[in-house]
Amino acid sequence: MTEHPEQPRRPLHYTEDDVQREVSELESKSATAARIFDLRRIIGGLFVVYGVIVTITGITDSQAAIDKAEGVNINLWTGIGMLLLGIFFLAWLKLRPTPPPLPPEGLTEEKGAE
Amino acid sequence: MQTPPYGTVPLAAELRLPTNWLDYTILAIYFVVVLGIGFAARRSVKTSLDFFLSGRSLPAWITGLAFISANLAATEILGMAANSAQYGAYTVHWYWIGAIPAMVFLGLVMMPFYYGSKVRSVPEFLLLRFDRAAHLLSSILFAFAAILIAGVNLYALAIVVEALLGWPQWVAIVVAGAFVLAYITLGGLSSAIYNEVLQFFVILAALIPITVLGLKKVGGWGGLTDKLTATHGADFTTAWGGTGIGHANPLGANWLTIVLGLGFVLSFGYWTTNFAEVQRALSAKNLSAGQRTPLIAAYPKIFIVFLVMIPGLVAAALVPKIGTSGSGLQYNDAIPYLMQELLPNGVLGIAVTGLLAAFMAGMAANVSSFNTVFTNDIWAKYVVRDREDAYYVRFGRLITAIGVCASVGTAFLASSFSNIMSYLQTLFSFFNVPMFVVFIVGMFWKRASAKSGFWGLLAGTVTAMVNYFVLYKKDIISIPTDQGANFVSAIAGFVAGAVVMVAVSLFTEPKPETELQGLVYGTRSPGMSEPPAAGDDAWYRKPALLGWGAVVLAAACYIPFSF
Repeated sequence: MTEHPEQPRRPLHYTEDDVQREVSELESKSATAARIFDLRRIIGGLFVVYGVIVTITGITDSQAAIDKAEGVNINLWTGIGMLLLGIFFLAWLKLRPTPPPLPPEGLTEEKGAE
Repeated sequence: MQTPPYGTVPLAAELRLPTNWLDYTILAIYFVVVLGIGFAARRSVKTSLDFFLSGRSLPAWITGLAFISANLAATEILGMAANSAQYGAYTVHWYWIGAIPAMVFLGLVMMPFYYGSKVRSVPEFLLLRFDRAAHLLSSILFAFAAILIAGVNLYALAIVVEALLGWPQWVAIVVAGAFVLAYITLGGLSSAIYNEVLQFFVILAALIPITVLGLKKVGGWGGLTDKLTATHGADFTTAWGGTGIGHANPLGANWLTIVLGLGFVLSFGYWTTNFAEVQRALSAKNLSAGQRTPLIAAYPKIFIVFLVMIPGLVAAALVPKIGTSGSGLQYNDAIPYLMQELLPNGVLGIAVTGLLAAFMAGMAANVSSFNTVFTNDIWAKYVVRDREDAYYVRFGRLITAIGVCASVGTAFLASSFSNIMSYLQTLFSFFNVPMFVVFIVGMFWKRASAKSGFWGLLAGTVTAMVNYFVLYKKDIISIPTDQGANFVSAIAGFVAGAVVMVAVSLFTEPKPETELQGLVYGTRSPGMSEPPAAGDDAWYRKPALLGWGAVVLAAACYIPFSF
């Protein structure tokens, strides 16, 4: 706590100006917007995989499995539903790709410095 | 916690699911993706703001779905289905009156203050508006409550996994704890939020087949209401039947305590001041997205009630004795019972995955809000101040690990002392109520003094606890059920907090006006005046329209359940 005497101690009173300044400064250095991947690809990918697995299960389901589910081929229907959801996310990603983030000044030269 | 306390009662042993390799494959794929998100999100963490608040840069649809998902923990899903099996259609109150108005209020009225003041947590707002005493009290109570709830989630997961899959409890606790630890320490809040959004869709894929097949089994909605009317009476499938003041009903509450206690005090306390929720909105990329976060979440919230209530009602119709000693099934078994009865392998794997995902998300939401409050509000303000930013990122990762270990410990503790746990859960549930009083008075009354925050918080918490644990538990006042007593205690805590705040304010110095800019209604902060981003002026992105639309829709949903 005292090993950094070169930093002036803030007064105990903490005001909104301090928060505004601190958070704005951090926001200007933040890397999330520039580097985070697009979640739509993950949701789309997972649901396409799940959709295919469950749909195939539905197509090959035995009569016993269908009887258990009140005579509905629930695997088939759920699989198709999940597949459509996955395709929806991938299509959305395709039609509206991630906008390239505006590189905040000072970020480019530090690239790679974790 | 606004959710009715989810009883940590062991599930019936005969609920073992007929899972096979296919179901386990589906589960394994999910776990791989969860970890992958953690690793991929790691490179986006550069500053403490990235780690704790995703750099305030996420789009509204992601924060909105994470907002609903953080609430849609498995304790909520199983607990609300249990609630429906026990009390019937009264469950809709927890959604339509007990959530939507508060979510809309958060989006339309409170978010400009939260987001515009650039605070990083709910306690930090109290520090600016009131003083260090209020800040420290709320930070410490929140940190404890978050670990406790994370531990309860973990323990509940262990019970369910033991019953459904046959894993020993400690295996489930350690495995789930390790996964949550890994993805949050790696990717911080971004990783938690991304996983929550993914979990939202998996949980829907799990609940929709259960609901549809459950309804088919009992002959549709008509068949369901006929069966329940015959066994449970006509009020069981209505929202307001039997809630006149002085009437007896299974919930033990009347329309007034439902509207004021649940709809106003408990729900506003939970949705507008619980940092595990508000954190999602604070991580949005601009004020408009922050405002839309709870509003986007409100729409799924309106309809999710059907996916938990219908399975609960179906279970009550199929097993009329559920929850009594005449049946091997507890109320909490409603959804696992239907999974076992109705789902073939494949969809069963999806349902198991959804349930486990929901448990982990419930825990992760608490861990990711705990590490933020502990690092920013306790450590960086009172213990080790003014270090370089990278230090706080390292500390945040360390405290995440400590927090997860503490909740694993809490979970083991819960497995030996489950009564103490439900007691503690109730205890902490009363903490949100005075938080809400302090916020509402502080935001709308300039005169509320710096000291009034702490005393209002303390008085409200103590009153709610005294009312519940002394007056109700010792039978000094008579309320038929725990739920009813919960509502009344919340109202008492609210009134006491407000009275004490006004009294203390009248005898102490008000804060100077210059320090209240952007914190009190009628003032503005620099953060509020940022121009809307391109595209945010589209009509479907207008917060007012989204918010009022949700309120009208929720009110309309009541109509078929009211006559």
